[in-house]
Amino acid sequence: MDTFIQQIINGLVLGSIYALVALGYTMVYGILGLINFAHGEVVMVGALTALSIVKVLSGSGLPGPVVALLGLMGAVPVCMALGFTIERVAYRPLRNAPRLAPLITAIGVSIVLQQLMMLGWGSTYLSFPQLFSAQPHSLMGASINDLQIMIICVAGAMMVGLVLLMQKTRIGRAMRATAENPAMASLMGVNVNRIISFTFVIGSALAAVAGLMVSANYSIAHYSMGFMLGLKAFTAAVLGGIGNLAGAMLGGVLLGLIESLGSGYISDLTGGVLGSNYRDVFAFFVLILVLVLRPSGLMGERVSERA
Amino acid sequence: MNPATCGRRDPRVAFAGTLLLAVALALAPFAVGAGAGIAWVRVIDFALLYIMLALGLNIVVGFAGLLDLGYIAFYAVGAYLYALLSSPHLAGAFPSLAPGLHWPVWAVLPLGALVAGGFGVILGAPTLRLRGDYLAIVTLGFGEIIRIFLNNLNRPVNLTNGPQGITQIDPIDIGGVSLGSTLEVFGIAVPSVYLYYYLFLAATLLVIFVSIRLEDSRIGRAWVAIREDEIAAKACGINTRNVKLLAFAMGASFGGVAGGLFAGFQQFVSPESFTLLESIMVLCMVVLGGMGHIPGVIFGGVLLTLLPEALRYGAGPVQTALFGKVLIPPESLRMLLFGLALILVMLYRPAGLWPSAIRRREFAGAGRSVEGDRE
Repeated sequence: MDTFIQQIINGLVLGSIYALVALGYTMVYGILGLINFAHGEVVMVGALTALSIVKVLSGSGLPGPVVALLGLMGAVPVCMALGFTIERVAYRPLRNAPRLAPLITAIGVSIVLQQLMMLGWGSTYLSFPQLFSAQPHSLMGASINDLQIMIICVAGAMMVGLVLLMQKTRIGRAMRATAENPAMASLMGVNVNRIISFTFVIGSALAAVAGLMVSANYSIAHYSMGFMLGLKAFTAAVLGGIGNLAGAMLGGVLLGLIESLGSGYISDLTGGVLGSNYRDVFAFFVLILVLVLRPSGLMGERVSERA
Repeated sequence: MNPATCGRRDPRVAFAGTLLLAVALALAPFAVGAGAGIAWVRVIDFALLYIMLALGLNIVVGFAGLLDLGYIAFYAVGAYLYALLSSPHLAGAFPSLAPGLHWPVWAVLPLGALVAGGFGVILGAPTLRLRGDYLAIVTLGFGEIIRIFLNNLNRPVNLTNGPQGITQIDPIDIGGVSLGSTLEVFGIAVPSVYLYYYLFLAATLLVIFVSIRLEDSRIGRAWVAIREDEIAAKACGINTRNVKLLAFAMGASFGGVAGGLFAGFQQFVSPESFTLLESIMVLCMVVLGGMGHIPGVIFGGVLLTLLPEALRYGAGPVQTALFGKVLIPPESLRMLLFGLALILVMLYRPAGLWPSAIRRREFAGAGRSVEGDRE
């Protein structure tokens, strides 16, 4: 039972990170109907930027949480600027082009970002300094540490903040209107281009936070970390119903739990034939299953089959 | 059709041109081998393999308009099938099979095409009713799944030998002549890479022929119709699901054959050869060359195999001369250029460097027609 609770905790931590990244995918998709393939790389840039700041400050004697916050204050603007630029350069000129075109530029952007970061940060795995005490607290027979508590709380707070932004503010209303119908929204005086840029910027800010969390959680950062994470977060968004904010959060947490429980128990279930080295496969099986059984996701509306 | 283009189709000129091309292709390995060294003949062999892959992917992406980001998985399936069926490897896991399986190439390659095509159908059947961008992600995931399995299927039964890969694969043997060693023909020694060149050239020509015939066939027109407007195609009586599946299976089987040839040529396969980057590289060949245009895709394949090689030899010295040291390692430079090329080509020449006439017109008018689609 202890291991079960432990896997649930690990799954929740992982899931809240996936949820933050998935929100970025789902917001962009909701407005543009476009999969922002380069989003995973934004997470990676956020993680490496934060890592550099944290490395410099960790020797200064400041308390861990303050250092983490300063790291975020550096990484978030960098990622916001990056998200804004990606949209301007790679997506906006192609808004009326055939569907494949922006997907291909997005792959191009991913490759370029990975290579640039590799040139800057090297191709080795970089270790992330420990900012929070590793002293575990016991919780129902399992253990949870400060960092994990922080991740769950901060992710939760950011999601609440995002929902408030979308529901209560003027710009949130404009975003919802644009997602509903861009042409109509612009007739009502919404500056659609600005809203789209804003969406990318918000998504990238969430990605920066997720980047810091994931590298702090695994104590590691690497120039190629964004790819797999992005893929899983996309799976989470699809699982919840792409275009739907609550769905992305639910999908993220669910996927985290599935992955954590799955890789924890796969070895017992298959009599030791398959081990936890198959953990990356779960996300893809979930993705394929969802697409086959319920393409609109758990909370989504029917997805049009228009190619 | 203006008189100028009619003039170029003069049968005598066409015949002479074909003859010239044939002689040039036949003598190419000797000329390149003598002029630039045998390593470059090897590069040309790989270029031919990549052309086959690119033409296979072209069926899926170019003709049918389905973005496949895990294409290299089918190449892997073909390569591993060849490796398992023509090497001593399986004898390790199943002692009853000693001394391993050594099937003839004529059995393995068609089987590779069939199995890869089967994988194409398995992957395509549940996903092809989805929108294009979902398909891209699922195929990407599929490519990764195959690689993860290849990496881990050394337990509980050692099927793939994990990350170490399978060694001691039999060289391709045709009619009792092994292509793996130098052959003496009329007193001329023909090295192994030259022999593979001729085999790959023949295979590539076959793939080109099949591609052209497919493009002009009823199925080919159905693919293009689906690419242009799926709903209209459906309304015209095309069974879009089956036709799309066929495109997937067809493209996959080309990949399977190329994979088998690759395994025989290298005599070694490991999961490292089948990463996502390889998929993207093949996609680059199709996209940069000109989606759906066979000469364009061939051009893309040649360009993207030769350029990185040129970079490997040229980039280091040039940077040393300019800056006094190597600032960007050639491998990163290659990837950077790939990425930039994908972005720039899509922005400025969305139909590719050498598009077909129809495609060019289509893209020229795309701005207007798609505006209407999006309501």
